[in-house]
Amino acid sequence: MSNAERTQKIAFFFIFLAAFLIVVPVGLIVAIIIQKGLPAITWQFLTDVPRQGMRAGGIFPAIVGTVYLVIGAIIFALPIGVMAAIYLSEYARDNFLTRMIKLAIVNLAGVPSVVYGLFGLALFVVFFKFGASILSGSLTLGIMILPIIITTSREALESVPHSFREASCSLGASKWQTVRYIILPNSIAGILTGTILGIGRAAGETAPILFTVAAFYLPQLPQSIFDQAMALPYHLYVISTQVPNVDEKIRYGTALVLLALVLFMNLVAIIIRYKFRKQKKW
Amino acid sequence: MRTAKEKFIEKLILFCGLASIFFVVLIFLFLLKEGISVFKTVSPGDFLCGKKWYPISEPAQLGILPLILGSLLVTLGAAVISIPMGVACAIYITELAPAKIKEILKSGIELLAAIPSVVLGFVGMITLVPWIKNIFHLPTGLTALTGAIMLAFMAMPTIVSIAEDALYSVPKSYREGAFALGATHWQVIHRVILPAAASGILEAVMLGLGRVIGETMAVMMITGNAAIMPHSIFQPVRTLTATIAAEMGEAVVGSEHYFALFAIGIVLFVISFAINVTADLFLHRKTK
Repeated sequence: MSNAERTQKIAFFFIFLAAFLIVVPVGLIVAIIIQKGLPAITWQFLTDVPRQGMRAGGIFPAIVGTVYLVIGAIIFALPIGVMAAIYLSEYARDNFLTRMIKLAIVNLAGVPSVVYGLFGLALFVVFFKFGASILSGSLTLGIMILPIIITTSREALESVPHSFREASCSLGASKWQTVRYIILPNSIAGILTGTILGIGRAAGETAPILFTVAAFYLPQLPQSIFDQAMALPYHLYVISTQVPNVDEKIRYGTALVLLALVLFMNLVAIIIRYKFRKQKKW
Repeated sequence: MRTAKEKFIEKLILFCGLASIFFVVLIFLFLLKEGISVFKTVSPGDFLCGKKWYPISEPAQLGILPLILGSLLVTLGAAVISIPMGVACAIYITELAPAKIKEILKSGIELLAAIPSVVLGFVGMITLVPWIKNIFHLPTGLTALTGAIMLAFMAMPTIVSIAEDALYSVPKSYREGAFALGATHWQVIHRVILPAAASGILEAVMLGLGRVIGETMAVMMITGNAAIMPHSIFQPVRTLTATIAAEMGEAVVGSEHYFALFAIGIVLFVISFAINVTADLFLHRKTK
């Protein structure tokens, strides 16, 4: 065997090892959580309030809180995100302003999640006096997922072939009519994918809701958007670090519910993307 | 009528297009508005280089050097692990893996990207922390090393997916030329493809590190949260992000402590901004 071949063998071995060492732990993590969390999942666990200082009972208020937060975030981020994507894909010229917008989106995606929490605290909780509330939390999460929605929607809009636009315009449709009746309907699957990925992200983040909405323990459900709420990721944080002697089963169960929620969202996004690719007409 | 409506809609679209710029500026302004007050009591130099972080003692000592070093130590550790592994994994996916394994790898990495950080922190607490404690015979498993390993793992999706794109975008003719000269596959990868993809890989590394520095929950749960000057990687440390997350709940709005936490937020924002702008420059050079 020549020297070069031997080097190649060694190099490829390490490359394979690296890939192996990345993927196997991912599988293990998911497997451990499913295996240890599944026994905790009962109807009562999903529909009961936490009892005995969160050492018993269920996680219903946390699930409801997370659902409210995610809905709020999407209501805020979806229209702005999609319109921003329309601007970038259909209206923006290749100039300095567009470059700045793209840079801002990258930066928004890179801002640490806890800094979003600070920002939400300063702007929504203190400055606008919304207090720690579902409204503050949703808006904070909404701004956080904006880059995801803009980027995926823009990709979807830009993947609509140029000939569609030309055909529409040559029939006398205005620019907005083309966007509204030709481009948007043809990219709806991509926009949906982005939205669902955004939902998954918003549901799983803890740091942005720490000071803007999350309640340590709240036995009743929130009554209005100005109420505090419990949320699944924060609840998992609380029972695994702040409350001593919580049954392992409850921790794993909570982790499993959160993981299942987030992975389910991602799975739906993948399925939509896959189906759409199959039936694409161009 | 239609034109008036359309004009309105197009204005609205332009307005939303500018929203991202607006929000970035707004975030920075509000961090500044709340954080700047801390410099009435501490000078920026003392704030950044002070070795003692005792925010609630009287008088408060607000030096964030231990926190900066904590973040740096964890980030460096994570970089040492994640950069070679991430790039190697990207090479495996683009160059070596059979189609089926490629799909498994890619979905595994997508899965990893989707797992919430609090879940990873929880798993780290239960598995990694006791392992580290037993393997190195330490008094506690909550150390900088534990955080670095977990963070390396969390940076992987970013590094692998961006590096993968960079490797894919190397023109086919380069590799064909190298093969024609009789190079082995590894020589082609090592001498031709990697250098050609260098700026994209650098971008991947930058963004991966950005992810690591900003990561909060997992780090807070497994690094031990001791705001002291770190001396070794086997000690508990506390990062900038964890400090904000752990202490903001107790800080009174308008107090010195509250302002100081916002000032840490400014530091984090500036770091992530610098990283993203640099990464964008690499990207721009690449497209040219």
